[in-house]
Amino acid sequence: MTLALKQLTRQFTELAALDDVSLDIEPGEFIALVGPSGSGKTTLLRILAGLDYPDRGTVMLNGRDFLAANARERNVGLVFQHYALFRHLSVRENIAFGLRVRPRKRRPPRADIRTRVDDLLKRVQLDGLGDRYPSQLSGGQRQRVALARALAVEPEILLLDEPFGALDAQVRTALRRWLRELHEDLGLTTVFVTHDQEEALELADRLVVMNRGRIEQVGSPQEVYQAPATPFVCEFIGRTNKVALRRDGDAWRAGAWSIPGPGTAGSAVAYIRPEHLALAAADGGPGWDAQLRHIYLAGSVAHLDVHVAELDLSLEVDMASDQLGGLAPGALLRVAPLHGVAFADDCTRWAWGTGLA
Amino acid sequence: MTMVHRRRRASTPRRLGRLALIVATCAFLCLFLLVPLASVFVEAWRQGAHAFLESIDDPDALAAIRLTLFVALVSVPLNVVFGVAAAWAMTRFTFRGKALLGALIDLPLSVSPVVSGLLFVLMFGAQGWFGPWLAAHGINIIFAVPGLVLATIFITLPFVARELIPLMQAQGTEEEEAARVLGASGWQTFFRVTLPNIRWALLYGVLLSNARAMGEFGAVSVVSGHIRGLTTTMPLEVEMRYNEYNYVGAFAIASLLALLALVTLAVKAALEWRFHADTDVVAAARRRGT
Repeated sequence: MTLALKQLTRQFTELAALDDVSLDIEPGEFIALVGPSGSGKTTLLRILAGLDYPDRGTVMLNGRDFLAANARERNVGLVFQHYALFRHLSVRENIAFGLRVRPRKRRPPRADIRTRVDDLLKRVQLDGLGDRYPSQLSGGQRQRVALARALAVEPEILLLDEPFGALDAQVRTALRRWLRELHEDLGLTTVFVTHDQEEALELADRLVVMNRGRIEQVGSPQEVYQAPATPFVCEFIGRTNKVALRRDGDAWRAGAWSIPGPGTAGSAVAYIRPEHLALAAADGGPGWDAQLRHIYLAGSVAHLDVHVAELDLSLEVDMASDQLGGLAPGALLRVAPLHGVAFADDCTRWAWGTGLA
Repeated sequence: MTMVHRRRRASTPRRLGRLALIVATCAFLCLFLLVPLASVFVEAWRQGAHAFLESIDDPDALAAIRLTLFVALVSVPLNVVFGVAAAWAMTRFTFRGKALLGALIDLPLSVSPVVSGLLFVLMFGAQGWFGPWLAAHGINIIFAVPGLVLATIFITLPFVARELIPLMQAQGTEEEEAARVLGASGWQTFFRVTLPNIRWALLYGVLLSNARAMGEFGAVSVVSGHIRGLTTTMPLEVEMRYNEYNYVGAFAIASLLALLALVTLAVKAALEWRFHADTDVVAAARRRGT
């Protein structure tokens, strides 16, 4: 059941929506396509749904040509960001749609359709709302109807295009967890498009980070977060501090701090996560003298805005709130990066510290 | 304090202005719409019910009514098919010359009906491009019923398409795409998703094009030849009777046409009420969505 995408390319008038994209999607996997708008993730999803076709490249499912089948033959379920419910049909009829339009031979009898719809209503926790119309439901309820409608045809692959993008934060978090459970219950292969990296990290087995029609990195949430492969991934997934480095003999240097590293290029950029900057008392260890400007308390974590005068740079430092002690704005600190990833001008990548590849 | 005072003082002239505008509008509508409309019915019944009925129950009048209904019955369904197809092409596909097609759909509205009629005479008349060929094969278009139908189709062409295009644009393609992925064929998608979504606008377009088809005078007058009982529609019959000083007869038929207009108006109002309920839902969904 492996879905093998090979060298997909899709060109819109000016812009390459997909540029040589290859990817294997394993059965039962929950995969998130994540990237900014215009990165090609929705185009990729529409190609899988049969609503768009690549200019070049192939998609094979178990060795048969998936692109040769049209949208109605693919047996995929698709959920849109704006639900796309049939507004003139009741919830019940929306869910039954995919079964009712089947050719007579494959169409289940009326009674079976009814029980299947009832089961699905229960599964998406909308029992009792079957006779309502889409306009009478909240956004979260509508999206669950859309999911039930997609699941009614028993698809092998579930495709979701920013399904929670139009919902408010609380509903979104609740639906996320629920979707993940549903995916595990039904043993589906799920492809999920989102521009919300947090959502992708939380939900997916594997992340596909996309930018300008290309895949930047594929990996588990942990891999992508802890060992970003490209500068784009560093900046797009999670938060990060950017520090410019200069070549200094065998090492790379930024102000008073330096680190040994490979390469012959003249300059590089280091990406350091806020939680990988350590605070120490203002003594002589390697690091930068800095002044605390502001503390943004976000529950269990505190985000510290720290200014390094010698680099003329503001850094974000994360620490556990209960470790703050008597820290107050204006305090003089010493900051040292424990882990980081750096990219030299000639594209050499290296990492330092533990836990990073 | 002074602010409040000033605002209060300004409100009196504003209220007067509002009143003046409302009165002016009502007076204008009365003078130019209600009074003439009422006068049609008054004139028709001036010599009593007997004279009214007699001038309608007359072979020529009945022939004109039948012909008008026939012309509408042929041209309106054709316009429905064309209008839906054109709206579909305009809103669901991108292609070269789309703007030109949009302009062409509107053309019959911007050309004088008399010119439209003359176009058909130029093409199919005895001296026209296809005239000799048609004459050789014994086909009559000008000064015959086919000419009336053609002219009416041309005149009413834009009505259905113009109602559908903005609505279909606003509704977008997502529902149709959802239907396709769920396994619906092209026709199933059209009949189960597209058509229900556009039904009120479509009905409204049908109503407008029907009213125009029955009421059209200019283009039809040019191609008709005014043969009593054969090529005379109701508006033409009204004109002919009027020219013959048969006022009661003219107004009797005119009152039937006016009645048609009133019924159209009433149904239109009812539809608009329904149709607005639908589009409000669309608008609200879009607001919530984005």
